[in-house]
Amino acid sequence: MKHLAIISILVIIFTLLANYFLQSVGLLPVEASEQATVIDKLFNTHFWIISFLFSLISVVVVYSLIVFRRKGDDEDEGDGKYITGNNTLEVVWTVIPLITVIFFSFLGAKSLAATKVIEPEALNVNVTAGQWYWFFEYPDFEIKTDTLFLPVDRQVKLTMTSVDVIHSFWVPEFRVKQDVLPGDNFVKELYLTPTVVGDYTVRCAEFCGGAHAYMNSPVKVMSKEKFQDWVDTELGNQPKDPVSKGQKLVTQNGCVGCHSSDGKEGVGPTWKGLFGSTQKLSDGSTVTVDEEYLTNSIVKPNVQIVAGYPANVMPSNYADLFSQDELSSIIAFIKSLQ
Amino acid sequence: MKKFFSIGIIRGLIFQILGSFAGAGIFYGIRVLMGLQWKTEPTIVVGGLVGAIFFLVGQGSLRDWWHVAIGKEMPEAHEVKPYPGLRRYFEFTLDHKVVGVQYGVLSMVLLSVGGSLALIFRLELANSGLQILDFIQFNTLVGLHGMVLIISILTGIAALGNYLVPLLIGAEDMAFPRLNAFSFWIAIPASVILLSAMFFGGFETGWTGYPPNSVRGPMGVQMFFLGVYIAGWSSILGALNLVATIIRMRNKGMNLFRMPILVWSVFSTSFMAMTATQLIGLSFQLVMFERLLGMSFFTPSNGGNPILFQHLFWFYSHPAVYIFVLPGLGVISELLPVFVRKPLFGYKWVAMSSMGIAAVGFLVWGHHMFAAGIEDYLRVPFMYSSLLVAVPTGVKFFSWAATIWQGKVRFAVPLLFTLGAILVFLLGGLTGPPLGTVSTDLHLHDTYFIVGHFHDTMFGGFIFPIFAAIYYWYPKITGRKLNETLGKIHFYLMTPSFLLMTFGQMRIGLLGMRRRIADYDPSLNFDFTQLLITIAGYLIAISVLIFFINLIISAKKGELATGNIWKSRSPEWAILPSPAPAHNYEGFEFKLVGDPYDYGLKGSKYVELTTSSNSKSEAVL
Ligand code: HEC
Ligand SMILES: [Cu+2]
Repeated sequence: MKHLAIISILVIIFTLLANYFLQSVGLLPVEASEQATVIDKLFNTHFWIISFLFSLISVVVVYSLIVFRRKGDDEDEGDGKYITGNNTLEVVWTVIPLITVIFFSFLGAKSLAATKVIEPEALNVNVTAGQWYWFFEYPDFEIKTDTLFLPVDRQVKLTMTSVDVIHSFWVPEFRVKQDVLPGDNFVKELYLTPTVVGDYTVRCAEFCGGAHAYMNSPVKVMSKEKFQDWVDTELGNQPKDPVSKGQKLVTQNGCVGCHSSDGKEGVGPTWKGLFGSTQKLSDGSTVTVDEEYLTNSIVKPNVQIVAGYPANVMPSNYADLFSQDELSSIIAFIKSLQ
Repeated sequence: MKKFFSIGIIRGLIFQILGSFAGAGIFYGIRVLMGLQWKTEPTIVVGGLVGAIFFLVGQGSLRDWWHVAIGKEMPEAHEVKPYPGLRRYFEFTLDHKVVGVQYGVLSMVLLSVGGSLALIFRLELANSGLQILDFIQFNTLVGLHGMVLIISILTGIAALGNYLVPLLIGAEDMAFPRLNAFSFWIAIPASVILLSAMFFGGFETGWTGYPPNSVRGPMGVQMFFLGVYIAGWSSILGALNLVATIIRMRNKGMNLFRMPILVWSVFSTSFMAMTATQLIGLSFQLVMFERLLGMSFFTPSNGGNPILFQHLFWFYSHPAVYIFVLPGLGVISELLPVFVRKPLFGYKWVAMSSMGIAAVGFLVWGHHMFAAGIEDYLRVPFMYSSLLVAVPTGVKFFSWAATIWQGKVRFAVPLLFTLGAILVFLLGGLTGPPLGTVSTDLHLHDTYFIVGHFHDTMFGGFIFPIFAAIYYWYPKITGRKLNETLGKIHFYLMTPSFLLMTFGQMRIGLLGMRRRIADYDPSLNFDFTQLLITIAGYLIAISVLIFFINLIISAKKGELATGNIWKSRSPEWAILPSPAPAHNYEGFEFKLVGDPYDYGLKGSKYVELTTSSNSKSEAVL
């Protein structure tokens, strides 16, 4: 009994320690898709079970080896206790694992189902794999590319086929993996929902000979706006005239949160009728609003402060953000607001 | 010189070389007569096949059957006079103990070849970037490492079965001694052909040989397929022989539940090997035909189905992993009671758990294909069945723990390896469930996590136990003990190195390291761990080298093993001298008087020999 009590305590301690170790050592890559969240949950349950069973068996064995060890070198101290078995125990350690295993399989099935939830709005991408490249096609936009661009927080449906041998689509941060087979009858689908903006890599996971090691392609998960932007660029839908380009830029970069185009007052002065007008500055001087003034107030907003408005409110990093061309588009847009 | 050529294995190998050329030549000749052009691939395959047959002819493996066929008289197995001394190990011999040792030596030779292949590509992997190998070399080495070691394991378990089973069940020999020797000898040309894949362009398919990749790649893949195909014969026939032996050759009173437990695991293993190996042979053969004859089984562009291959392949290759480990687990169950001086806890349960593993093992192959593109109505049932394997495996672990409980342990080298086996196999077992549940497997499939997992199961289920077995039974073979100190160095060097190796593998696998890649992205920061894995691999190699040195030195210089050195109850130790005599229990009456593992029961014995009657022992039918 005493032994049992000690062992139980040791098993609990070691289970907690082992699990803490497994959780804190950082075993999994960044969790960057909804599927990854589901799968990592199941991983955590696995880590618990592993910690417990490992502690159980090794504590019993090691404890026994130490506590009941042959003391001294006396070879004739005799044999161990004559215990041939115990059917009740055997039934217990058959039935309990059996129930656990069935329950676990049930959890596994649920987890699988959760990774396969299909959303109606999924973005379609056709994936083609070949020795040794990846190729992506967006049927809705008729775009073709060798980098996979994905919008964040939107499900994507990958429809995959291979031109030669079996490959496998895997982005470790997204967890899920699907072999890509040749043949029209073997087109496979994979659903994923990226959740974290960033750069990833799709790596071929099925040995496909030769340069299998280098069968990688970049995957870029972007904000929805950036993605739309990319689509527009690819399609040549990007506005060409400077005024519309500028309009797009000020919308995308949040200028319109502080500046109105229709005369309404905001955090910053309105842009309506700004160009060509005479602006009063906080130091009492006045300036005529021309292109040079506008450029300066965008890239160095805290040099000339408009009277009645606070300094240090407008972000001051636009100099790095915009190219010369973009700046002139923005100015062209402001100019157009008469 | 003449004597040199009269040695069976030398003759066999020379015949194999000549036969390969002859086969290739005849094939080419026929093609020329038919007005066809030279075609390298079929010529070489035919050459390889003919070479294998020539090996058997030259070696003498077919001589006895040939004699029967032409009506010559053939002596009974026990009347054949064995070759004297060491010579018998190079010849076609009928003594199961000699065949067992032959298998064992072949297994160790293949172990060092397969291990060395890994040492080469581990060097490449120690750093990111390509340093010493190109892709095809790397890919070939990886595939061969896998398959050579599989054959090493198959011959290793055959060594255990052949050497021990007749001794343990009190039989005179195997049921079919000639078939037994044949099964061994056919493994040699098989290994030669397999290794020759390196020289015919290599192959880039891994040991799994999935089409359509294997249908396209370089020609070496044919030698790979052919070698495995022929080795499969060895495995099937050897297993058949063991099954027949265990069913028919048990001595008086040796009913099924009084056999030493190792016999049960050999029985389960052999049963699987006998019925499943055909499937890998078949699937490889179909790919060979696809390449040679342009038939299309697996290539979709010609109407084939690549997933079909995977079903056929894994239908063998999953049970195969249980084939590999069950004998090892049997060794654990066999040795534990001897060294903890306690009965095996729950003998019947342990015996039945082997059968349970064998039975469930046939129903789980789909878990290798969770990412392959099979439907969910297959993935989910395969998940249930795969996790079910945990139940009989659990019974074994719990029973071992209970056996050790309150035991009076003797820390001899065989026990150290047994304990190492339990620890390592436990790790292998516990890393299984994340691979068994589909969704987590989608992340882990084809990564280094798998690599770590199966190295755990193979080391825990085969490498550690076979070392334990060799330390334990070596004196029975040679009459001398292996050196203890060297044995301990072997153990204490190998175990931590091995753990470091698999932990490293599993960690980078979880983080995104794929299997079978010659180079990896330096931005993943795997370089340091990869270097550690390589160092660990080399340490393991050094420890095994120490073991080999021990094997060689101790054969001449080892401490003499007189009497029952392990105080075992098992018949080969309790009643036979070391080395075991040529005719196992001849001239004695073999009598079962107790249970195999009643350590701690005062005055009880398992078997006795009575010299009174001079009759030969008869098998119970
Ligand atoms: C957080 C609010 C805020 C945002 C965002 C912001 N601004 Fe401003 N902006 C101001 C304020 C406040 C002023 C007035 C004080 C000053 O001159 O610095 C101002 C002044 C200006 C002026 C001078 C106006 C005048 O009447 O003389 C221009 C031009 C301007 N902003 C352009 C931009 C552009 C282009 C962007 C986007 C790229 C932008 N601003 C984003 C707050 C903002
Ligand atoms: Cu690939």
